[in-house]
Amino acid sequence: MNHERRGASVNHPDGSTGLHKIRLLEQPSETITVESNELTNNRAGTEGEHSGVELSAPPNEVLIQPTQRWASLNLGGLWEYRELLYFLAWRDVKIRYKQTALGMAWAVLQPFLAMLLFSIFLGRLARMPSDNAPYPLFAFAALVPWTFFANSLTQASNSLVGSADLIKKVYFPRLIVPISVVLGGLPDFALSFFVLLIMMAYYRRYPPLTLLVWLPLLVILMMITVLGVGLLLSALNVKYRDVRYVVTFLTQIWMFATPVFYPASLLPPRWRLVYSINPMVGVVDGFRWALLGRVNTPELSIMISAASALMILVIGLLYFRRMEETFADVV
Amino acid sequence: MSEFAIKAENLAKAYRLGGKADDYQTLRDVLAGAAMGPVRAFRSLVRRKRVIAGDKRTIWALRDVSFEVKTGEIVGIIGRNGAGKSTLLKVLSRITSPTKGQARIRGRVGSLLEVGTGFHGELTGRENTYLNGAILGMKKIEIDRKFDEIVAFAEVEEFIDTPVKHYSSGTYMRLAFAVAAHLEPEILFVDEVLAVGDVLYQKKCLRFMDNVAKAGRTVLLVTHDMAAIESLCQKAFLLDRGRLILAGDTRQVIDAYLSSTYVQDANNLAERTDRQGDGKIRFTSISVRKKDGSPIDVIQCGQEVEFSLSYVRHSSVIGHLSLYINVLTLSGQQMLLLGNAMLGSNFDAVPETGEFSCVIDRFPLLQGQYSVNLLCTINDIVADYIPRATEITVEGGDFFRTGVPAPQNAGGMLIPHRWRVSE
Repeated sequence: MNHERRGASVNHPDGSTGLHKIRLLEQPSETITVESNELTNNRAGTEGEHSGVELSAPPNEVLIQPTQRWASLNLGGLWEYRELLYFLAWRDVKIRYKQTALGMAWAVLQPFLAMLLFSIFLGRLARMPSDNAPYPLFAFAALVPWTFFANSLTQASNSLVGSADLIKKVYFPRLIVPISVVLGGLPDFALSFFVLLIMMAYYRRYPPLTLLVWLPLLVILMMITVLGVGLLLSALNVKYRDVRYVVTFLTQIWMFATPVFYPASLLPPRWRLVYSINPMVGVVDGFRWALLGRVNTPELSIMISAASALMILVIGLLYFRRMEETFADVV
Repeated sequence: MSEFAIKAENLAKAYRLGGKADDYQTLRDVLAGAAMGPVRAFRSLVRRKRVIAGDKRTIWALRDVSFEVKTGEIVGIIGRNGAGKSTLLKVLSRITSPTKGQARIRGRVGSLLEVGTGFHGELTGRENTYLNGAILGMKKIEIDRKFDEIVAFAEVEEFIDTPVKHYSSGTYMRLAFAVAAHLEPEILFVDEVLAVGDVLYQKKCLRFMDNVAKAGRTVLLVTHDMAAIESLCQKAFLLDRGRLILAGDTRQVIDAYLSSTYVQDANNLAERTDRQGDGKIRFTSISVRKKDGSPIDVIQCGQEVEFSLSYVRHSSVIGHLSLYINVLTLSGQQMLLLGNAMLGSNFDAVPETGEFSCVIDRFPLLQGQYSVNLLCTINDIVADYIPRATEITVEGGDFFRTGVPAPQNAGGMLIPHRWRVSE
């Protein structure tokens, strides 16, 4: 194995400045994997207790210990660092379209161009059924959540590796990194959603008000799905850089497994519920249903999707939390 | 009750070297394994590999480190590279978790392992100030309050709304440091941030550290700058290969460090673990000698000096062998690069054990402390690379053989040159 040339990162026990000094010579890259001893200690390091402390308050004590097998999730620590979460999400939004000529327009152009392609090839030429809605509207209603999903997933998967600097030099709950990416995708989503509303007005389709109540829930479902899968992939990516390549492929397959350019009604009814285990089925189908209205209501399919999304989130959180302590050593 | 701020009990941290080992995992291995036994494959994905004591590939970056630091104490941590200084700070600031042992910390922690962490070139100075502040653990209202002060301290008023990628490196560093300097933790961990930047920056750093000291904060300071440690710290810890071997009065610890580094094992490289490369060649020791072969403690500028590098060859196949000796200042500035390849004299066949030697007719560096990096490549693939393989001390000497001594306090190097005057 030609491990000298491997593109993995170097994380030296001593983060020495001298390491990168021989720049004109070839830099070797050797991977150092890090292990954490699985001691059956009584308690894991208590997170988040330290930094929220006001200066006047009596000092809290933080206990630093080897990590437990399955450490508790510690969402309180996350709350302490909510401002950092906000700043990281804000940074993502700020720099996303820097040095692009079209800037924020890309947020709309991505789903819009895909919609045009689908409309020409699938809507016009292949005469894809579209549940009695105009095909462009039918496709765009799905592409708005889908684009958010696909972009956020790609970015979330690379988020930890992309923040290696931070992770190696500063302490904060690592969960913040992928979460900030998902939150940072929301402005783009809002913008393309706005364009969707304009398109609906153009086609004189007005959403039934009762169903609008569902929209926020569907947005939440969409975020839970991205976050769950994103947590898993980002944590895996720290150890196995293969993930970067898998993600591109995964989102492509996932799009076929989701009714983005075809209606869910194309599937035989008995498969419909199994199909809904893919959480994005509930999201995309729900979006269409809530905005365009349809004969058969997909509540059951949304419920299955929601259950499945929550399950993915829990698995993602557990895996992430388990690997969290080693990120600084491996990334 | 004696208030401690930091109390460490038997802290230990192990790293495992990946590489040749067959248990280095790739996703491919895991997937291949999954075909055999899905349960086992899943477990290997989830498991953080166990550290096996005595395994050659396990490096103990910290071993059984116990100490107590009282509130308001400023403690310098010294030791050679790879002694575990930075690892200790990383464990205490919870960036990485210890393998064994525990530590208790009382108070709000700020760690400064690097200045400018999270700075983004596309963002303006103002935006980076907020972002970096939040990363270092400041609240937004706190940054709001100190913003003007930070900008004034960094002297960047006119550029504050310019993306930092347009900053000069000096300005960039000043801003990065200004943010960090306005952090007000009760306990501060500082790692080598004093060593970078220009003289003005370093002065600012020292003034900052002085203020921190006077404000009664607890500080752990890692640096190679002995003068800084001596002036700032009352206490010092000496780490060696992961162990805390001496804790006590600063002067006493520094003396112990200096004598141990230069006299005893500084030049033995066989057991260095902070090295990289495929190991076809391993340096085993480095020594600096005079013309007559006797070792030198202090090099005189202009003296004839021989660097000799003992090695062991572990592979029978050897191709084009290139050696580099890189001499740097302690703050990391490159001063001198010596290499056989540049002279067109690669070695193609070398005995199994032996000594490479490199002779410099007149050593050109002016007085100061320098560190030496060693690199050996075979067919352009790194065989062995050791950062800070040794440190050398240079004193002023008569480089030009004119009897005129080199000026005191001048840094840099001398080269043969000529002068003339014309009309």
